[in-house]
Amino acid sequence: MPASITPSLTVRVLLFASYADALGAESVSLTLPSPATLATVVEHLRALPGGEQLPAKPLCARNLAHAAADEPVAAGDEIAILPPLAGG
Amino acid sequence: MGFVTAEPIELAPLIAAVQAPERGGVASFLGLVRNHHGGRAVLRLEYSAYAPMAEAECARIVAEAEGRWQVSVALRHRVGSLAVGDVAVAAAAASAHREAAFAACRYVIEEVKRRVPIWKREFHADGTEVWVDPTATLQHA
Repeated sequence: MPASITPSLTVRVLLFASYADALGAESVSLTLPSPATLATVVEHLRALPGGEQLPAKPLCARNLAHAAADEPVAAGDEIAILPPLAGG
Repeated sequence: MGFVTAEPIELAPLIAAVQAPERGGVASFLGLVRNHHGGRAVLRLEYSAYAPMAEAECARIVAEAEGRWQVSVALRHRVGSLAVGDVAVAAAAASAHREAAFAACRYVIEEVKRRVPIWKREFHADGTEVWVDPTATLQHA
C-alpha cells in the first residue's frame, strides 16, 4: 500500500484582522493528518509563510463557537483562528 | 435585525424593544469611539467582525443574561468605519427593578468585549495605523 494512503483531512481555515494580514489571505485550505485537533491546525498554519507571526496558542473557533486547542476537527468544520478580540 | 450592523446605532429603538409595562427599570450602556488610545490621538476606527460567529456569540450572551436575571436585553455592535464619538456598541436591559437591569447590562457588555469576534483598526492623527490588541495594553500603558 503506498504511503500516500495515510489518512488525511482537508479543512478550510478562516483568518481575520492581523492574522489575515500576516498570512496574506482571509482563508487557507490545509490538508492535515487524521485525526487532527485545532492545535494541529495552528501548527500547520504557523509553518506557512507569514504564519510565524501567529502565537503558538491563539484563540480558536470551531463551528461558530470558541473551542479549546485539543478539540478534534472533522472535514466540513468551519474553523477560525482569532486574533485578540477588540470589540466594544 | 441582527446584533452586528453597519448602520449607525440609535439607543432609543433598543430601549423601546425591551421596555414593557411590568419593567420599571432600564439600564443602558453606549460604547463610543474615543479620540485617544495609548497616548496617541485617534482619528477613526475600522471595526470588522467574523459576522456569523459574532451573531451566534451575541445571541448566547443575551440568552445567558435573560436566563440569569429577570430581564429583557437588546444589543447592537457596529462594524465599518467609525469616527470619534460614533456609537460602537449599545446594550439595554429592562427589568422590574434596577438591580437586575444594571447587573444584566454590565454582564452583557463585559461578555461582548471578552467573547465576540470583532476587531478594530485604529487610524492615528500622525498617519500611522494599527490593529488594536487589548491583551497588549500593559506594554504602552
